[in-house]
This record gives sequence, C-alpha cells and structure tokens, in this order.
Amino acid sequence: MSQPVLSVRDLIVEIPTRHGLLKPVDGVSYDISPGEILGVVGESGAGKSMTGNAVIGLLDRPARIASGGIYLNGERIDNLSLAQLRRYRGKQIGMVFQDPLTSLNPLLPIGDQLTETIQEHLGVSGGEAHNRAVAALDEVGIPAAKERIGSYPHEFSGGMRQRVVIALALCAEPSLLIADEPTTALDVSVQAQITSLLKRLCRERGMAVMLVTHDMGVIAETADRVAVMYAGKLAELGPVREVITSPRHPYTDGLMGSTPLASKGKRRLHQIPGNMPRLGQLPDGCAFHPRCPYTQDRCKADPGPRLKTCDGRAACWFPLDGAQAAKGVA
Amino acid sequence: MGIIVSVKNLTRVFDVSKPWLNRVIERLPKRKLTAVSDVSFEITENTVYALVGESGSGKSTIGKMIVGLLPPSDGTVEIEGVNLATETDAGVIERVRSDIQMIFQDPYASLNPRWKVGDIIEEPAVANGDATDGLAEKLLEQVGLSASDVRKFPHEFSGGQRQRICVARALASEPKLIVCDEPTSALDVSVQAQVLNLMSDLKDEFGLTYLFISHDLTVIQHMADRIGVLYLGRLVEEASPADLFETPQHPYTQMLLEAAPRMDGFGREVTPPEGEIPDPINPPTGCAFHPRCPLAIDRCATERPVLEQKEKARVACFRAGERAI
Repeated sequence: MSQPVLSVRDLIVEIPTRHGLLKPVDGVSYDISPGEILGVVGESGAGKSMTGNAVIGLLDRPARIASGGIYLNGERIDNLSLAQLRRYRGKQIGMVFQDPLTSLNPLLPIGDQLTETIQEHLGVSGGEAHNRAVAALDEVGIPAAKERIGSYPHEFSGGMRQRVVIALALCAEPSLLIADEPTTALDVSVQAQITSLLKRLCRERGMAVMLVTHDMGVIAETADRVAVMYAGKLAELGPVREVITSPRHPYTDGLMGSTPLASKGKRRLHQIPGNMPRLGQLPDGCAFHPRCPYTQDRCKADPGPRLKTCDGRAACWFPLDGAQAAKGVA
Repeated sequence: MGIIVSVKNLTRVFDVSKPWLNRVIERLPKRKLTAVSDVSFEITENTVYALVGESGSGKSTIGKMIVGLLPPSDGTVEIEGVNLATETDAGVIERVRSDIQMIFQDPYASLNPRWKVGDIIEEPAVANGDATDGLAEKLLEQVGLSASDVRKFPHEFSGGQRQRICVARALASEPKLIVCDEPTSALDVSVQAQVLNLMSDLKDEFGLTYLFISHDLTVIQHMADRIGVLYLGRLVEEASPADLFETPQHPYTQMLLEAAPRMDGFGREVTPPEGEIPDPINPPTGCAFHPRCPLAIDRCATERPVLEQKEKARVACFRAGERAI
C-alpha cells in the first residue's frame, strides 16, 4: 500500500481551564491514503472539528496539542513554527468550512481572492494566476467562470459560494482536503451537487479528504472509511459499509438506531439514554459506559478501552457481533 | 374524525421594494415577492401533516399564517371552522387561539434567558386566566424532565432539554393543534430521536394534531401521516408517506428523493439535480419547476398546472406519474 497522505498518531489536544485540564481530543490515531475519503462523525462536542483544526494548525488558544504526532506525506507538521506552517496551510492542506459566507472576504471579488492564493503558493505571474483561477472555477462547476470571476461573494447563491470556497481550497493543488460540515448549511439538492463534486475531485486528483459531518447519510454515500467519535475518543474506525451495517461499538449501534430510516417505517426510534457527558465530568473507564446497555464491570475500570488495545475496529472491551447489533440497518 | 385546519387558496405576497424616495429617483418599479401562492390543504384531527421543501419554498410562511402570526394576502385559513382573520366575536377568537401553539426551530432563541423555566411554561396558561398550581411541575415530568427544574433558568439545560421545555410550554394551554417549525433541525441525531419519540407519545396521549414543518425527508417520513411537498411557494404534491416515497408523482418530488442521502447508499453515484430554486421575485411562467424539469413540455412554460387527484395523491403536473430517471 502507498504511504498515507495524513497520519495522526495518539493525538491529544488539551484546554487548560480554571476547573482543570479538558481533553477535547484524547488519543486519536488514523491514516488517510491518497484518493480516500475518511468520514468523521459524532455529535456536537465529540471533538470532530477539533481534530481537523489540529491537523491544519488552527487551534484557538488556550487549546494546544499536548502529545502525539501529525504527519503529512511522512513529514511531521505538528511542531512547526507559524512561518513554516504557512507553507503547508493552503498549499498542501486545503480547508472548507461549514458557512461559505464567512470563509470569503465580502469586500473582494472572488477572482482576487483566488489569484492571491495561487500567487502566494505557486509563485506564478499575475496573468497565469488569473487563468488558473478561471480554470479552478470551471472545474468546480461555476457556469460562465470567465465573466463571474469579477463578482463579489454576495452575488452568488449558497451552493455557488460553497463551490467558490472549494475552488479556493483546491487552487494550490493540496494533497489533503479537510471539509468541516461542507453541506450542513445547504439544501438537499445542492448538498447532492457538492458531495458529488467532492467525490469527483478526490478521484480525479488522488487527493485525500477528511470529511467531518454529523449526517450519517452523507457519510454512507461519500466516505470510504468512517471514524465515529465520542467524547474526544475514537469509538469505531472501519470501512463505511461494515460500520453502518454491523456496528461493533454500542455507541455506533445506538446512533444508527436513533436515525430515522426509510426502510424501517414508523416504529419507535431507539433512544440512547442520557446525554453526552461534559468534558470536565468524564466517567472513569469507557466514557460511554453509563449510557451503554451492555456495560460490565471491566468497562468502569481505568483506563478505558482504546482501538489498539481492543480489536482495532471498535474501542470496546465487549464489541458487538452481528446478532447483537440488531438495531442498525438490517 | 373531523377536519381541524382547512387552508384554501392561501397566498402571501411580501413587498420588498426599495424605499419610496429611491423608487422615484431611480425610477424603479415596486417589487413583490410571492412567498406562498394558491396553497390549499386540510388537516384531519389527531394526525401529523408535514410540509417539506427547500429553503425559500414558503413552508414557514404557511406555518406563521396558520397560527395567525402573519395575515394572508389572499385566501383563508379556517381552524375548527373559524376564520381568525375575519371573525369578530372576541370570545370565539380567544377560544380558538388558545387551541393553537407553536414550537420553533432554535431552542436557544425561543426561551427568555431571564425567566425561570416554571414561569416560561406557565405563561400561556396565565394568559388564558387558567389555574397554574403545579402545572409547570406536572408538564416538566410529562416531557421527561424533573419537577424541581421549575426554579432553574434556560441556560442550565442542553439543547434537547430546552426543546423539551418548549414542548412543555406549548402543552400548557391544552392546545389541539401544534405547529412545529423545524423542531429538531438544531439537535443531534440521538437527541432528535428523544424529542421525536416524545412528540409521538404526547400526540397519542392528548389527541394532538401537528403541522410538522421540516426539510429533512427522513424525519418527515418517520413522523407524518400526510405530506405536502412545496416548491417556490406552491404545493406540487400531496400524498401519504407510503405513496410519496414509493411512487412519487411530481418530477420535483422524484428529484428531491433521489438527491437525499441514504444510509444504505454506499458509494451511490447520484446524478445531482441541475440548477437551483429560481428567484421568487421573478418566478418562471407556467409551472415554477419547468426550467429544471427533465419532463418539461411546451405547455409547462405557459400554463400553471392545478393540484389534481391522480391515483392516491394530489399532484400539480401535466406529466404526473411519468419518470425521468
């Protein structure tokens, strides 16, 4: 197998607060290969965006990487200075955020924003940068790209703006794209346009994509592998079809059961009892054990299960087999 | 079972013109945005009627006109046979109004942060002049919170718990109809499951009727007894969930269902729909969907199709039932 584009090893992100040290990301490890889409799912506060921000070096103070390593194409990038990081950000790692309006400068035409990025990272002449900007807009499917390059962000609709943001993220031809909830603010039909665009670009360029979302349907259709996060830890990591059809971690199973599904009609939705614990009040042992229907004594003991101490797929001492996991997609 | 809500030829036009002086100086015409155009439907008692559509399709505007937050530009809304816009008997208006409640999308914006939860929940009953002894405690327990929460403030609760408080408040005046505008869109999946289950239970317990507004097809399919699909302020199709999802008749419904992500759609290659919703200020002539419709014929551009009974559904399309994909 080829070398992964991104390797994250035992990443721990800390936030020191008055009430003690919080760990929004706690011991997360994963790889993304060229041409692969890794979906990262979880509920709010699970640490999915924090993981993405740590990779691109966008953690807000006082959050910091406490330990672990991030490797891009084999080079370690988590300990770089800001000046060194600038060469990676935008050049080798592209980023797409949820809200396209806040990712674009409202006072500059989109063409200026694109050519600025291209000149900064590729060091080409102004005319060449302009041509590349038109080509980039063309590639993401903006009609009449030549005429629209002088338009301001407010002159585009939400879906078109998100295309501009994707063009901006891709114009320096990065090897990794981090897409943080890229379709959450968009309508269903526009969402379908954007996800199929991401899939096509990933395939054509052999780019690695980290797709952060809370929408299981989007993950099922788009991702190759999926990482399920709960309370800052990876709960399950595996090929998307296997994780969704036969989840091993009880949390993944509960998540699948609580998603309304076309095929299952009007039965009652499965409820996971309780709420996700706050970061300052994580229980000992497995963070999910107070809500887990299969809890045993070992789950309450310290330390909690990790992917590598268990079977590599689910961070659970007693992973479900097919017969137990009846609540998911049958 | 009777009809609780009857909507006939409902239309709402917003004036989005520039100020008077600008219009004179710049010689601009008045600009009108038709948010809802000639929509008719009925809701049967103790059922869930769902309105689904993309942003700008007019679903929230219809909800607001039904509860009386906005007056209709044309057409009528009758609740229990009473048209609140024209009714003059104050006693009747008061009785009908107390039968309607609303739940909003954002549970962070719809609870007053300076009020205690108990006061928030009792407010509709106080406004009606009903007794409130122990009411908030009882309702909190019914929505799965604890009676001692009455003295807390909204910021002490999570998003899902806040939405439960909104549900409790809506129940305080013992309504018959609750209009829910995207009640679970701001919530996580597992919390959404809790709120949806709660809403189903309360419906059976109190014989409630819901008008359920959402853009999420899976939630709609789970909750609804009858679904109305809106496009650019027009009702294009109305059917039961089984019929709508099995055999969508209108090309827009077909497109919407095809585009929605599926949990079992591993590696599915979707042909994404062409184009976007047109500008509601200058809607296309004839059928509003014809510029994007793969089945469009000449007639679609000139004549607006009316909502007609076709098999088990009501559809507004000249080529209803045909499939492009």
